[in-house]
Amino acid sequence: MTATATRSGTGSAHAATADDLQRLAAYPHVVVSWVADDGFPVSVATTLETDADAGTVVLIAPAGLAIPADREVGLIGSHIHPVPGGYDERRYLQLWGRVEGGRRFTASRAWGWDEAEMPFFEYSERSVPQSRRYLKQLSAEKGRTIRPRLSPFWLALRTTRLPFLSATAVPVLLGIAVAASHGAFTWWTALLTVIGASFAHLAINVTNDIFDTLSGADDANPNPTQFSGGSRVAVYDLVSIRGLVLLAAGLYSAAAAVGLVLVAVTGSITLLWIGVAGMALGLAYTAPPLKLVYRGLGELAVALGFGPIMLLGAYVVQTGSVVWEPVVLSLVPGILISLILFVNEIPDRRGDAQAGKRTLPVRFSPDVVRTMYLVGAIAAFGVIVAGVAGGLLPWPTLIALAAVPLVLRVHQGLKVHYDSPYTLMAVMGANVNINLVVGGLLLVAYVVTIVGMQLT
Amino acid sequence: MGWLPAPVEQLLDVALVGELTVVGREGRPITHPLIPLYHEGRIYLHSSTLFSKKLEHIKREPRVALAISDPVATKGNPDRATIQGTARLIEEDPHADWERLILDLWRRKEPSIDDFLKVRVALPLFFERSVIEITPERCLFWAEGRTDRPPVETRAPASEAA
Repeated sequence: MTATATRSGTGSAHAATADDLQRLAAYPHVVVSWVADDGFPVSVATTLETDADAGTVVLIAPAGLAIPADREVGLIGSHIHPVPGGYDERRYLQLWGRVEGGRRFTASRAWGWDEAEMPFFEYSERSVPQSRRYLKQLSAEKGRTIRPRLSPFWLALRTTRLPFLSATAVPVLLGIAVAASHGAFTWWTALLTVIGASFAHLAINVTNDIFDTLSGADDANPNPTQFSGGSRVAVYDLVSIRGLVLLAAGLYSAAAAVGLVLVAVTGSITLLWIGVAGMALGLAYTAPPLKLVYRGLGELAVALGFGPIMLLGAYVVQTGSVVWEPVVLSLVPGILISLILFVNEIPDRRGDAQAGKRTLPVRFSPDVVRTMYLVGAIAAFGVIVAGVAGGLLPWPTLIALAAVPLVLRVHQGLKVHYDSPYTLMAVMGANVNINLVVGGLLLVAYVVTIVGMQLT
Repeated sequence: MGWLPAPVEQLLDVALVGELTVVGREGRPITHPLIPLYHEGRIYLHSSTLFSKKLEHIKREPRVALAISDPVATKGNPDRATIQGTARLIEEDPHADWERLILDLWRRKEPSIDDFLKVRVALPLFFERSVIEITPERCLFWAEGRTDRPPVETRAPASEAA
């Protein structure tokens, strides 16, 4: 046996350690196995005692079956805890070695998995290369391509990361609401704006996946969650890179087509520049040569894209002009949506660092990241207060301050769950909700403002 | 339909986990805890392509053994058995074969699998699976789990052997 840093519960084979022997001895159920002369494996339940001084275990040999001394023997301890409908607390530990005198086992190799040490999702994610390899071999054996599949609906949802469209809805609807409060509203251009912005957002999502797959950032991340780690459709070989490129091109084209229709309808060159800036920013987010998110500028790009560009763009579609109110208001969703990215980068930080994606959570310590989050969130609410105080925003927008406790809850969650990707998911979800709640409250504020104007 | 002794069939019907031992590349026994399913004399196990090294071993050497011996996994049934047999893989379509062949058997033993299937989109590769069909050839049985006594050995009739 040799000392090694490899833990026995992480699914990696390694040289057996004294710790492995102690762990095996703790299993209430152990099976000894060997390959018999007829080529069939034999496996039998056994019990064992650890001889720590000798670095061996002594087996209670099964009656009538001789454990061979001239070949490798395996010992596996496995454990489950039955629960209604299934079981949990899965773990197993296998040691290989030789048996002397029919009873004394000396271990040389070990391998095991303990879901308390490595969550099932991470164990699965680390096994993705094996799946790809196996399906490639299977395709060669069968003489046809065998790939993993999902139903078209789920594949489309996963590939485009459709649920993230809520981030686009907030600034676009706010831009339309501000325009309406200024007396400008055309329903069908508003609808086209939502559609065009959604195409652009989905195109950016897909582009992001293409470059994160090509850079190895997604491969290097063993802890993706529903909020982080990308769609992984290319990592899982559900969609080829070529398929993603075609999809992104289609989505960009659709966004551009809708944008051009709106430019033609409004005759606004300002809108054209906003659209061009949005497209360029979306591409530059992950695409070379700028790769903004790789340089710690992702948050800034997102704040600009989902703030001024989306909100102001929607406003300009309705009014054809630029005034200060939508510019100021756009900072609120801009900051809050960039904080979504910021928090979602936390569980990805180790894989991102490995792939050279130097996001802010890669660059800064957990304490600094938490402080940055709080400062950013306070700034978003500060914009509302300052905007109202400065007479740029209507006073009902102060209702959005009701969401401040949510920020404190997320900040507290970052303290507790920073290093645990899976328990951090609830915190990431709550952070996404802050943008929706604030956005919803701001929309209510503008409806109140519009109704108030109608009444006076 | 099968020739396995009735107490062994009962073990297979109830066991939540059995230990499948396959022969590794260097002749080493490699054991995997898996949920065993039993139907009409054949034993069915299944494996995600994520954890498919065992499938590669079976392709190289189809002789395998399955031990049912953990009373926790057999809901208190103290009997123990080891079944040796020849395995074949069913994987023409790893996306759908297993659903057609064994999903009903699986959900009878582990109803919570339906909860996982509902979120298949979150675990797409987990549900790309190969089915391992074992034709039993030899059975060792320890009544009351008494491995301090020699096992009762039963062999498949010549007509049943793989």
